[in-house]
Amino acid sequence: MLRAFITLAFVVIFNFFLFRMLPGDPIGLYARGRNQDPEQLVELRRALNKPLLEQFLTYLRNPFDSTIDSTRFSRPVWEMIGERLWPTLLLLGTAILLASIIGIWIGIRAGWKPGGRFDRLSTGSTLILYSMPEFWLGMMLLIVFAAGAFGIPGMFPVGGISTPGVDTSSPMGWLNVLWHLVLPCTTLVLIYLADYALVMRSSLIDERKQEYLTLARAKGLRDAMVRKRHAVPNALLPTVTLIFLSLGFVVTGAITVETVFSWPGLGLLTYEALRGPDIPLLQAIFLMFSIAVIVANLIAELLYVAFDPRVRS
Amino acid sequence: MTLLEFRDLRVDYASSEGIVPAVRGVTITVEAGETLGIAGESGCGKTTLASAVLRLLPDSAQVRGEILLDGVDILTMKWGTLRAVRWSQAAIVFQGALHALNPVQRIGDQIAEPIRLHQSVPEKQIKSRVGELLTQVGLPASRAKSYPHQLSGGQRQRVMIAMALACKPALIIADEPTTALDVMVQAQVLDLLTGLVRDASTGPDGGMGMILISHDLGVLGTTCDRIAVMYAGQIVESGPALEIFDNPKHPYTRALAAAFPRIGDPEARYSPTGLPGDPPFPGDLPTGCAFHPRCPIAVDTCRQGAPELVQVAPHRMAACFKVGS
Repeated sequence: MLRAFITLAFVVIFNFFLFRMLPGDPIGLYARGRNQDPEQLVELRRALNKPLLEQFLTYLRNPFDSTIDSTRFSRPVWEMIGERLWPTLLLLGTAILLASIIGIWIGIRAGWKPGGRFDRLSTGSTLILYSMPEFWLGMMLLIVFAAGAFGIPGMFPVGGISTPGVDTSSPMGWLNVLWHLVLPCTTLVLIYLADYALVMRSSLIDERKQEYLTLARAKGLRDAMVRKRHAVPNALLPTVTLIFLSLGFVVTGAITVETVFSWPGLGLLTYEALRGPDIPLLQAIFLMFSIAVIVANLIAELLYVAFDPRVRS
Repeated sequence: MTLLEFRDLRVDYASSEGIVPAVRGVTITVEAGETLGIAGESGCGKTTLASAVLRLLPDSAQVRGEILLDGVDILTMKWGTLRAVRWSQAAIVFQGALHALNPVQRIGDQIAEPIRLHQSVPEKQIKSRVGELLTQVGLPASRAKSYPHQLSGGQRQRVMIAMALACKPALIIADEPTTALDVMVQAQVLDLLTGLVRDASTGPDGGMGMILISHDLGVLGTTCDRIAVMYAGQIVESGPALEIFDNPKHPYTRALAAAFPRIGDPEARYSPTGLPGDPPFPGDLPTGCAFHPRCPIAVDTCRQGAPELVQVAPHRMAACFKVGS
């Protein structure tokens, strides 16, 4: 808990200096294509060229200042983040949930009989998925299932979260969102489940050598019960923690996949902000992502305590 | 009544270095109500022998011969029958209870597991039965809620004993049950185990038999009815426990007995003699008698042929050319 706060403080400070080091001319970007009074621009430049320390103190006073505007969109950055948060939570939440269920299931089947047919097949394919860039997989799915190729008709939308004009608060609108969710979500599930399956497999293989499994067999339990009651609960501990620790990498996946599928979430917003570069927006997004990762790590630790009696006492 | 009988049991492990024989033709019986001690250095095949009884050996093990439990061969048994026999007829007290207990399950649940599996006891009675078992091994019934890491080594071993007694099996196999404990606790746990088995032996069906495995001949001499001494996968000597301990015939047993000083024997106290050399690697056994490279009395015949296990005195068997001749 204390560690989480120290990390957060470090991130807040680091975040400030990181973007001060970025090249680029925010005023030029702001004024591009606008009919601006040159005097006003000089005034603006002076405001931005205040001493670094003064800027830093202003920033520290409130890093979540709701009056900070994006230089590209001229809207408060935290308002924009608030709007883009829900699509990302929907996409990542569904993807992580499905990926962990499927990945753990594959890991259990493969790790219980390592070297068996299922293991060779699944480890081979998960390794391929694991090493695949997510934007490339996304583009392939897009070509095959959205545009239609190899005689497969295009069944899914090319991008976006819903068809323009559809009311997303109605049941039909939800279905429309779900339909748009299929391809980006599948991309992320395929990439993440590989990671989870490999971790679950190796931690189950470690447990297989443990003597308490011999004891469970000696008691007369069926193989499936030995696995379910004794091996899997122990092997799940490191896996669950790892799933939460991996959320940091999940964020990077979101940026590329959301961009490929034009999914209006934080990932796409990051991409748009980077193209500026839109420094106030980037700074806020980075802060947001860092907080998410810190919270995920904190949850991982709390879960470990909840699941493992050895840590609890 | 014969409870367990090994008939020419052979276990080979398939390894990357070829076939490694761990048990090379063991024939011995355990009577109902009897405690058989198996002594020997590590690597002599005693744990393999014990694990073979419930067919707990890894897939790389090839088992030949017969293991008759109550007259039925375990090695040819169907899986379903075997699962029903496991723990209900023969239970194991593992060495090192820290790794043998599931770290994330309460010990009460772990003790109750075989009861739920093998006996149709109503759920309400299971809890009191677990409490009873814990009290029997000298732990408060409230300990059922503890996790293994919350107990000391001695307490964990007590839990293992309670678990082994849960289904009142006819046979208990205790594989170095006290090795991981310190000396004071060792004595307590051993007394508890032998006491409980002896109490259970007053039953009408001949009582509980036990196989006690140890490298400590002194411990076996005081707790067992009979002892079999193993070397390189074979029994080299067997007979009544006290006789083996006081008057060992085979040179290996003599060395084993001399390695532990006897209480009240000043001479032995000042000269505990060890045995030079290491036990042979099972995959690379010497010719003739497997013990001859370390044997103080070996002669030429020992290098050429292996001695048979033959009767050398009433109830005493030994496999040595120099004994009884």
